[in-house]
Amino acid sequence: MKNAGQAIHIKKEVLVRIIKAFLSDNFEEQARLIPFAIRPKGMEVPYRCCIYKERAIIKDRTIAGLGFQIEEDDETVSLSTYAKKALERKEIDDKNLTVLQAACKGCLTNRIYVTDLCQGCIARPCQTACKFGAITVINGKSIIDEEKCKKCQMCVKVCPYNAIVKITVPCEDSCPVGAIKKDETGFASIDYSKCINCGRCIASCPFGAVHEKSQIIDILKAIKSDKKVIAMIAPSIAGQFPGNIYQLKTAIIQAGFDDVYEVAQGADITATNEAKEFSERMKEVQAKNNEWIDAWVNEGGYAESEQEEKADEKQEEEKKTFMTTSCCAGYNQLVKKHLQDIKPYVSDTKTPLYYTAEIVKKEHPEAVTVFVSPCVAKRAEGFDNENVDYVMNYEELGALFVAKKIEIMSCDETKYVTESSKQARCFGYSGGVADSVKSALRDEKSVKPFVINGLNKESIRQLKQFAAKNECEDGCNLIEVMCCEGGCIGGNASLNNQKTAKKLIDTLASNSEDIPKI
Amino acid sequence: MTKISVKVCVGTTCFVMGGSDLMELKDIIPARYKDKVELSGIPCLELCSKQGEFSQAPYVTVDDEIITQATVDKVLTAIDNKLGEQ
Ligand code: FES
Repeated sequence: MKNAGQAIHIKKEVLVRIIKAFLSDNFEEQARLIPFAIRPKGMEVPYRCCIYKERAIIKDRTIAGLGFQIEEDDETVSLSTYAKKALERKEIDDKNLTVLQAACKGCLTNRIYVTDLCQGCIARPCQTACKFGAITVINGKSIIDEEKCKKCQMCVKVCPYNAIVKITVPCEDSCPVGAIKKDETGFASIDYSKCINCGRCIASCPFGAVHEKSQIIDILKAIKSDKKVIAMIAPSIAGQFPGNIYQLKTAIIQAGFDDVYEVAQGADITATNEAKEFSERMKEVQAKNNEWIDAWVNEGGYAESEQEEKADEKQEEEKKTFMTTSCCAGYNQLVKKHLQDIKPYVSDTKTPLYYTAEIVKKEHPEAVTVFVSPCVAKRAEGFDNENVDYVMNYEELGALFVAKKIEIMSCDETKYVTESSKQARCFGYSGGVADSVKSALRDEKSVKPFVINGLNKESIRQLKQFAAKNECEDGCNLIEVMCCEGGCIGGNASLNNQKTAKKLIDTLASNSEDIPKI
Repeated sequence: MTKISVKVCVGTTCFVMGGSDLMELKDIIPARYKDKVELSGIPCLELCSKQGEFSQAPYVTVDDEIITQATVDKVLTAIDNKLGEQ
């Protein structure tokens, strides 16, 4: 889900400049100058109407980078004030996304639109195809009545001139849960009660209007203080930077952190616990089935008394025939906000981040912990977990390397105290989690995995169905759910393309030990 | 005919600023230009270190031409132009 192109380039540039400003001897003033540094006087205006608008938009991006909500800005407050407020801030809040609404202007609202190509033909297939009577022909041109139009696109399909188009709002279209909408005013806004923090809107907006609200200043402040700051790096990071994860550890320490833990270490615990939980759950299902067969055989196939039947049914309800994984933060949010029905099927095992943060805080109770993550959903998980103080994504870590001019490839290797298993290190791509559960079990064949590679309207419907029927497809019993297509390597803040990222992870994995069996 | 020398920066700054896709050149260039082009990856072309110059990363050089905010397309066009001149 990497969002390529200019929009992302400018977001990263802003981050680097914020970090450089922080590291300079006058943070507030340097922060104020960021829009001018990026669009200096006399520079050709690359995208918008004028240089002033460009700077205004860069200012908004800087506000998000400093950790504030762009929507709340009233344009009177200068960036130096924001920088000061960021320095003074003691707490972060749980809104992880913010929309740069000034950038939304370029985007038309979602609708079906008849273009000038309409020939006003006699056949009028569009009118006939529309089941809602939304099309009339006025002055030889089809006109759509917005009130009646249900956006079914039948007219789009039948027009022989391809004259009717669907105008889409990319963020709205990409959101699997309908949490972002362009309202009457033409600005997109996020309904946080629905938002699962999947980050699709960030990646899909061609104007780069959706920003993650950064905690980078809070992290830099912690680094600058005399506190110990520990980075916990997600498994998918192995494919995201030049060099290997041992050089990366050195680089992160050079950037100011005191120590680095692989979250794969926690993934090993997740995989082991999930494997245990899986076999227990499946044993119960098996026991239930056997009981039923026994009863049937013993009673010679006679019908049970009504009461017994009822009691049985109730028990039956409790035996879930499949289990889903629980490590993906986006999926967990989906379950919480939209898919309560599947909750009993979700494993009770905690996420790799949970176990890792627990270990780190136990070993270093005084330390500030920073999770380095590929996605925005982990910000939500970090916020809810008291052992995780801050979350930064790969773009932000990258920006920190750029600002400090750290060359990973020329760093020496530093070992991790605990080496993680091959399977744990593959948690970051689709199929990796199911595979690790399988590998942790003696009876690998007992696992029949079903992989949900990316949450979208279709896969959400599928999950709902499985829960309603208490049955997965093809007799599968372990559903691995990853919110992003490709898995965490497809996270919204990833820096590398998936193919190369996966290859790099596999190289690391091939030099790692197998996960122990339970 | 002298070979065209293409140097792709594989340094951290260039990588972070969007250079990861340039790795595709490793497959594309030999297939397309055979031995007319010599391709190498350089850990840092030292173009990023000047004040503010990181913002023009990723960098690729085609002979002595510096390509800023390089993309696969930009690099291929530059090579084609050079070959046209020869
Ligand atoms: S990292 Fe590319 S020029 Fe320095």
